[in-house]
Amino acid sequence: MGRVAGKVAFITGAARGQGRSHAIRLASEGADIIAVDICQDYDTVGYALATEADLAETVKAVEELDRRIVASKADVRDAGALKAAVDDGVAQLGRLDIVCANAGICTVQGWDQVTPAVWQDTLDTNLTGVWNTMVACVPHLIATGGGSIICTSSVAGIKGLPYLAPYVAAKHGVVGIARTMANELAAHSIRVNTVHPTGVQTPMAEGLGGLNPLIESDPNLGPIFMNTLPVEMVEARDISNAVLFLASDEARYVTGLEFTVDAGATIR
Amino acid sequence: MAGRLEGKVAFITGAARGQGRSHAVRLAQEGADIIAVDICKQIESVAYPMATPADLAETVSEVEALDRRIIAREADVRDVAGLRAAFEAGVAELGPVDIVLANAGIAPMSVQEVGDAWQDVIDVNLTGVFNTVEIAIPSMIERGKGGAIVLTSSTAGINGIGGPTRGGLGYTASKHGLVGLMRSYANNLAPHSIRVNTVHPTGVNTPMVVNDIMQQFLQQDPSLSQSMANALPVGMVEPVDISNAILWLVSDEGRYVTGVTLPVDAGFTIKK
Repeated sequence: MGRVAGKVAFITGAARGQGRSHAIRLASEGADIIAVDICQDYDTVGYALATEADLAETVKAVEELDRRIVASKADVRDAGALKAAVDDGVAQLGRLDIVCANAGICTVQGWDQVTPAVWQDTLDTNLTGVWNTMVACVPHLIATGGGSIICTSSVAGIKGLPYLAPYVAAKHGVVGIARTMANELAAHSIRVNTVHPTGVQTPMAEGLGGLNPLIESDPNLGPIFMNTLPVEMVEARDISNAVLFLASDEARYVTGLEFTVDAGATIR
Repeated sequence: MAGRLEGKVAFITGAARGQGRSHAVRLAQEGADIIAVDICKQIESVAYPMATPADLAETVSEVEALDRRIIAREADVRDVAGLRAAFEAGVAELGPVDIVLANAGIAPMSVQEVGDAWQDVIDVNLTGVFNTVEIAIPSMIERGKGGAIVLTSSTAGINGIGGPTRGGLGYTASKHGLVGLMRSYANNLAPHSIRVNTVHPTGVNTPMVVNDIMQQFLQQDPSLSQSMANALPVGMVEPVDISNAILWLVSDEGRYVTGVTLPVDAGFTIKK
């Protein structure tokens, strides 16, 4: 019997990286999946975003576990499209229990290099996108009679990591949304928590190569990024295991938590 | 299917009943062997009945019923020599420890305080945890295979609750103190891949909370009992809810999780 058997999870940014890992981990413990991803590049983001082929790979991996998955292209900035994707998934899979607001982008630059477009795209995706996800999903969770929402924040949602101002602002904002919604939705037995990864080995992290030269330009700033445990980066499945715990009934009374999966980066 | 803690050994204080027994049973269900200690005696300032040797024997029989091994000793976390002897007896039998659960604690809040409730609760809940971890650390470091330590704090380790009595203030101070201890240990032990976290339960359905003395204490001050409400629609959580959080933290699924203050509190602290 899987730890989330019989449950249905909605995951944004599910085509690759942490989102795909969450889909596979939850499916391996018995959940069916509703997956969305934009599958399209941003002009403002220096690395390539996921593709339709990536999303198809997630579908294949979940189906190989004998679980059902409803996947579609949707942009978390487009509230209407997101609602349509969730409604369609719930219509096909019957219910909604778990929400992973995972989709996010990241750009690296000094404060004076943050263009209005970079600022807006990051806030729209990483903060408003989380809000849009909640608005689309909460009615279904209320109908289920409870549920678990897991918002992907970051160490950058706790610390003022340099050269990441828009990202840090959005990830801090996610904590505010989660805290408020944890209170507002508690009466419906809906739990809301955030996870705060340190650097994770994903295509997004590989796209942040510009960070190292900036850090090296000021030796005082390097230690801010360091972990405490003797590991440089964690793997996507480490975040997925935390998501699995928060999504499962083992965490039935855990809400309002900022769950750092950060190898100690925030306690140094 | 292999358990989530197959082949591991856990040292648990306050294991005779309540949360400690629940942790022993839950970890054993997932394959761990257990070294269990409990004072099994009364402390003067504690007005509710504490655990007994019969309680500890019940923990032993529940773990053995799961086909796991358990070495149980009566030991007081305030008594370093006695605690070390119990720890070493367990290690001699079961092998080196991977997991430490510093769970033993008292809540000497009562309307009519007897004895030195402040000193007792600091000695048991804070110094007792320090003693527990200090005794376990050297062998964990020497072995070089990392490990996981969980300190049982409380919502009173995050919020200033517990009321104005010497026992209540001491309880809140001790549980806050554990957070500082945890954070320092987490930093100090990280190079050895030993992870240290705290759990923060709201009211749990155990003999420490569910007794006439505690209920009397909460009822004498209505503002105190009103402020004890959770956000989620549940009055008290069950010991297994804390055990499940601890199980996750000490398993390999939490291999990069250290320094976390994990509330299992039905939203108690988020609504403060």
